[in-house]
Amino acid sequence: MSEAIVRPFGSADRGRLARIMNMSGRDARGPKNLVPLLLAAPLLLFMLAFYALPVVTMLMRSVSDPAWSLSHYAALPDDAVFQKVFLNTLYTSVIVTLGTLLLGYPVALALVRTRRWAPVILILILLPFWTSVLVRSYAWMVLMGRHGLINEALLAAGLLERPLRILNTPLATQIAMIHILLPYMILPIANALRQIDPSLARAASGLGATPWRTFRQVILPLSMPGVAAGVLLVFVLALGFYITPAMVGGPREITLSMLIAQQVDQLNWGYAATLSAVLLATALAIIAACYRLPGIGNAFRMNTR
Amino acid sequence: MAGAGRGASVSLTDLEKSYDRVAAVAGVSLDIRSGEFLTLLGPSGSGKTTTLMMIAGFEMPTAGDIAIDAESVVAMPPYRRNIGMVFQNYALFPHLTVAENIGFPLKQRGVAKAERAKLVGEALELVHLPGYGERYPRQLSGGQQQRVALARAIVFKPRLLLMDEPLGALDKQLRENLQLEMRRLHADLGITFIYVTHDQEEALTMSDRIAVMNEGLVAQVGRPEDLYDRPSSRFVAGFIGESNFLPAIVRGIEDDVVVAECDGALLRALCPGRMSPSPLAAGEKVMLTTRPERLRFADGAWHSPSSSGAPQNRLSVTVTEAVFAGERCRYMLQAGDGTAMVLKEPSSAAIRRRAVGEQAEIAWSVADTILV
Repeated sequence: MSEAIVRPFGSADRGRLARIMNMSGRDARGPKNLVPLLLAAPLLLFMLAFYALPVVTMLMRSVSDPAWSLSHYAALPDDAVFQKVFLNTLYTSVIVTLGTLLLGYPVALALVRTRRWAPVILILILLPFWTSVLVRSYAWMVLMGRHGLINEALLAAGLLERPLRILNTPLATQIAMIHILLPYMILPIANALRQIDPSLARAASGLGATPWRTFRQVILPLSMPGVAAGVLLVFVLALGFYITPAMVGGPREITLSMLIAQQVDQLNWGYAATLSAVLLATALAIIAACYRLPGIGNAFRMNTR
Repeated sequence: MAGAGRGASVSLTDLEKSYDRVAAVAGVSLDIRSGEFLTLLGPSGSGKTTTLMMIAGFEMPTAGDIAIDAESVVAMPPYRRNIGMVFQNYALFPHLTVAENIGFPLKQRGVAKAERAKLVGEALELVHLPGYGERYPRQLSGGQQQRVALARAIVFKPRLLLMDEPLGALDKQLRENLQLEMRRLHADLGITFIYVTHDQEEALTMSDRIAVMNEGLVAQVGRPEDLYDRPSSRFVAGFIGESNFLPAIVRGIEDDVVVAECDGALLRALCPGRMSPSPLAAGEKVMLTTRPERLRFADGAWHSPSSSGAPQNRLSVTVTEAVFAGERCRYMLQAGDGTAMVLKEPSSAAIRRRAVGEQAEIAWSVADTILV
């Protein structure tokens, strides 16, 4: 039937017909660009209603509670408590980031180097990753408590006379957070290491580089995008960490997130909102700064592959 | 040979490599002379690359020995072997500039910065890339990258250069260019080259000697013309160039020539593959091989007096297919016993073309007939 329609046209006409049909096809494709948006729309609406709106409302309180003013922000430079807590938060994040980097890099290397043990290592990394932060923090309380496993073992071995105070110290926070955030460091680094052409290490070795020099001059520089991605992830996550420092950390060396919780408890909504805005701004500033570094954007893009 | 003695000699003795009890290299013995351009040629899976990787030190042999200048290197890690290596995928360090890439082996050897810059400059001249030092590998074309890899492999003046299908990823014209350049570099440097390829044409045009590998073993070692003219096995005859195979039955032996019957005709053949023809017995079934371009129509213009003096083999055939391919004509022939053969004839307007179905007699020199 369609043949009967096409037949009366000459070949030139047929070309024009095809072009017209193509154009109509392109027209039909125009609204198709909306399809992904429509598919995501329910979630977008959900997030807008139950996440973005409350967050914005909450942050607005930093300038509207009790009355419209910037007084909360103006007071921050002279706020000794805030400054101590803010510095402590940054310090904890730095220690945790360094700790995860030093412990995680060799594991990432092992993960990429061994074929046989890679699945085992991956499971060991991911199993705690899938376990709730709350559960893992409780586990650390059990381990590090005054009568916890660590102290009991050391006492029994005669290495200690009195139990060590580990729980409720900054050290406890750092240990537990390093443990919980390790996967965020290992996985991006392992991903970057996996992208490195294995013949490069061979080439370096063949050209006279010892294994250590091959690592220093070839593998390490080429894994830097992964390292930067891991550092960024861990640092930003550590900045806002709440449950773990609240459960195992010290009562005096509190973090910004704990201070926010305290202020909310005391119904100081305006002050709590101001602190939240500062925390959010710090995290966003660090992410923005990192994205300016060459190769980092790539590291995240590779992750999606 | 120019500069002989500057290159390392390499000696492989009963070299074996197995993965999970599957042999990739099943006992290779090979002596590579100082300053030689030797090619390991074979199909994929023949063990040629594994052999090269063992010489470089990236793979540990399961058994056997590798000696460079009569010193065993089996226990020596690759970074102490002082061997230049060029990989198929170039393996340039993407985070280093061209100059830093070429300077890499010098840096490992503690060469001072000024000296390094001078040597890198010289190496870039040698591969015709002066002024490219500050670029990054990704800013270069494939051919340029391979030149940089070559410069990096020779800048520290190794006595041995290994190349693993270095031109495999390049297009044909570039490949032919670089083939010539590698020949020139080999002549200039006087060092030993061991070259791995599956491309027989590349092997024939570049090598001093070729070691043909198959199923983990060396099938034949020799100069390109030796391999082409006197293949020692059916595999070599089939892998290098095009070959006709004629099943025949041994009827007798005259000096170093075997007389065998094929389709009722008595053919004479040389048998370089066997030390002497004596172990052959009359009545034994054998295979004769000959190259398509060495067959002639016995009544044609190309059957000229120049070759009539040499001993000839003759066979009656039927033309089953005739293809004109410009510089030559290609005929598919069939002998009376059904054996298919190919004949290539240089084309000329003066030569009568054969028609399909035509009966003809073909002739070729006994020297071009090999028992495999």
